Amino acid sequence: MNLDDLEDLAAKYRADAGDHDTEVRVCLAASCQSSGAQPVFDALSAGCDDGAAAAPCKVKGVGCMGLCSAGPLVAVAAPEAALEAGVIYRDVSAADAPDILASTAPGAAPVERLRCPSDMPFFARQHKIVLQNAGIVDPNSFRGYVMAGGYAAMVQALTEMTAQDVINEVTASGLRGRGGGGYPTGLKWSTVAKMPAGQKYVICNADEGDPGAFMDRAILESDPHRVLEGMAIAAYAIGANKGYIYVRAEYPLAVERLKTAIRKAKRSGFLGNHICETQFNFDVEIRLGAGAFVCGEETALMASIEGGRGQPRPRPPYPAEYGLWGSPTLINNVETYANIAPIVSQGGDWFAGIGTDKSKGTKVFALAGTIVNTGLIEVDMGTRLRDIIFAIGGGIPDGRAFKAVQTGGPSGGCVPEAHLDMPVDYDSLKTLGTMMGSGGMIVMDETANMVDVARFFMEFCMDESCGKCVPCRAGTQQMHGLLERIAKAEASRADLELLEELCDVVQATSLCGLGQTAPNPVLSTLRYFRHEYEEKLG
Amino acid sequence: MPIRAQQPDVSVVTLTIDGQDLSARADETIIEVCRENKIPIPSLCWMDGLSVVGACRLCVVEVDGGPRLQAACATRVREGMSVQTNTDKLQRYRRTLVELLFAERNHVCAVCVSNGHCELQWLAQTCGVDHVRMPYRNTGYNVDSSHEMFRIDHNRCVLCTRCVRVCDEIEGAHTWDVMGRGSGCQVVTDLAKPWGESDSCTSCGKCVQVCPTGALVKQGTSVGEMVKDQQFLSILARRRSSR
Repeated sequence: MNLDDLEDLAAKYRADAGDHDTEVRVCLAASCQSSGAQPVFDALSAGCDDGAAAAPCKVKGVGCMGLCSAGPLVAVAAPEAALEAGVIYRDVSAADAPDILASTAPGAAPVERLRCPSDMPFFARQHKIVLQNAGIVDPNSFRGYVMAGGYAAMVQALTEMTAQDVINEVTASGLRGRGGGGYPTGLKWSTVAKMPAGQKYVICNADEGDPGAFMDRAILESDPHRVLEGMAIAAYAIGANKGYIYVRAEYPLAVERLKTAIRKAKRSGFLGNHICETQFNFDVEIRLGAGAFVCGEETALMASIEGGRGQPRPRPPYPAEYGLWGSPTLINNVETYANIAPIVSQGGDWFAGIGTDKSKGTKVFALAGTIVNTGLIEVDMGTRLRDIIFAIGGGIPDGRAFKAVQTGGPSGGCVPEAHLDMPVDYDSLKTLGTMMGSGGMIVMDETANMVDVARFFMEFCMDESCGKCVPCRAGTQQMHGLLERIAKAEASRADLELLEELCDVVQATSLCGLGQTAPNPVLSTLRYFRHEYEEKLG
Repeated sequence: MPIRAQQPDVSVVTLTIDGQDLSARADETIIEVCRENKIPIPSLCWMDGLSVVGACRLCVVEVDGGPRLQAACATRVREGMSVQTNTDKLQRYRRTLVELLFAERNHVCAVCVSNGHCELQWLAQTCGVDHVRMPYRNTGYNVDSSHEMFRIDHNRCVLCTRCVRVCDEIEGAHTWDVMGRGSGCQVVTDLAKPWGESDSCTSCGKCVQVCPTGALVKQGTSVGEMVKDQQFLSILARRRSSR
């Protein structure tokens, strides 16, 4: 199969899909479902079948449209049109279905009482590459993905490019790992590719565990085929024939949709043996995490896939050299894989033109906490924090003042008002004492107590410590105890000094990233809000 | 069957440890070279003859002046490598780590069967831990005396997993393993059955001998009487590897 054949296939699917001018898209991702999207979908579908719609239309369940706080979201748009080009309705209930269906008639006015302006900064200022299909295609439909241009990058790579060409494009793109570390993806791929031929593995890390982060869940729930396509391209580039997706069991919907996607892709010959009639074989299996944050660490993740205890081991040897069952293994995050197809289709140089000097492309962020527009956004690297929080996020509700934004989860830190004009990229966040992390952003208003914030994250790290190394196991426990005492105003100045010393020891001596970064929330709140600690000392 | 001539295909490197020029085989780790040359590096989970886990972090060293500390047990030597094993910073870190171990469980030397023969006690002495600055957790742990010959006192366990490894790698029984996570971790026999009811335990006692503290002991020992013999392990390991 070449690109022309794929185009023919997409045309055939389009013809089969029937003729309709508009489609009514209902967000069926986890957040909208939790606010009641399923009854809305059922009511709209039933209404459409009964002929309540004025024009030929189709009701389609789609993935995340981003503005989760306004869910359930419904969009009325032309088939395959961008989200902003359609009419977006917010807080829809099943009772609104007839009105929405009536508005699809040619010339009919939109339902103004439910309308959410599609030119608002939340939608207009985003730049969607990873989330290109989110909220537009049906995540359960293989055909929908192909009609949206899916698998073209994989077919192009398999039929027109060598493995080295693919790696060159990824290297040229400047893409860095989206799981948090920011390791250059092209470099990682080329090291695994350079290992002698033999059994190699590709792993997708979908064990997203940071409090307040839901980027990977949304990507998997909205566009699972995009991730599979990225993994298949990676496998082709490094010479692997087997892939694992390690996804946490707390994401049942994402798991369900991934399973469906894998099944349908296999049945259509886009996964499995002789993919698209080439010599390339690639099979994907899902492994479920059992609720351990540390299993997001690559060596612990591999131990867990192998059936062992989810505990990290010292590196080197790195997975590229000695990974799953001792074989060279490529391990990337969900969002990293979701960037691959556009890079291969449109070229590494195109991608490198987006973002900042050292951080290319876009980044998906999950906005949470006290912010008006809670949800999922994708912006260029280098966008200022102020724009993300106040323009796109809509600022702080109830007229309260902004205090800090927490990025990077339990490994990150808090950024205060004074640094909001910092462009968001890997390196500038590091200078602020925090990190990009996987992309969770928790916004806090003036009522937040920073000692409590530090205590919350330390409790998280303490609970999630695997218990293997001493500094992380016993150190987080002691630090949590000290923070508890400070929060209760029972601590002395010596306790604060001990806390700072423990931060140093745990950071410097822990075995894996979880322990090494566990003190970050304390260190960053001490850096910017030291007075809040000192006020509580006896 | 023809006897295969030993064909060492490892190269030899030279490196500096604490300013001392040393030679080593390229497949050796820093801690092995240090032990060979009588350079004292504290360690707890590492043991000659067992696999490396790099868990206690007491053997961390500075390599080539880099900011990232490396565990000497889990880092292979390299040509031209420069290692510092005993800087002020490292001493401070080690002292804090030992304090953390003492505060984590109930290590009361005065009533311990291993008093005077305990590696944790010895570590505290060599690292200069004369007091513990953190509050003791004072959590009560179980003592399992169900085995007819041996006893485990979890209050004195430091979770070095030597028992787990010696049972799995040398005895081949894999009676021991770790359950729980974080500070709730505990070594268990079989699937957390009482030791006396374990189906897999061969009562070989290797775990007792390798245990660095008074956690695993022979029944019937009184305060200070539990002296451990760890010679067997390096002998066994050497015999097996040369086969």
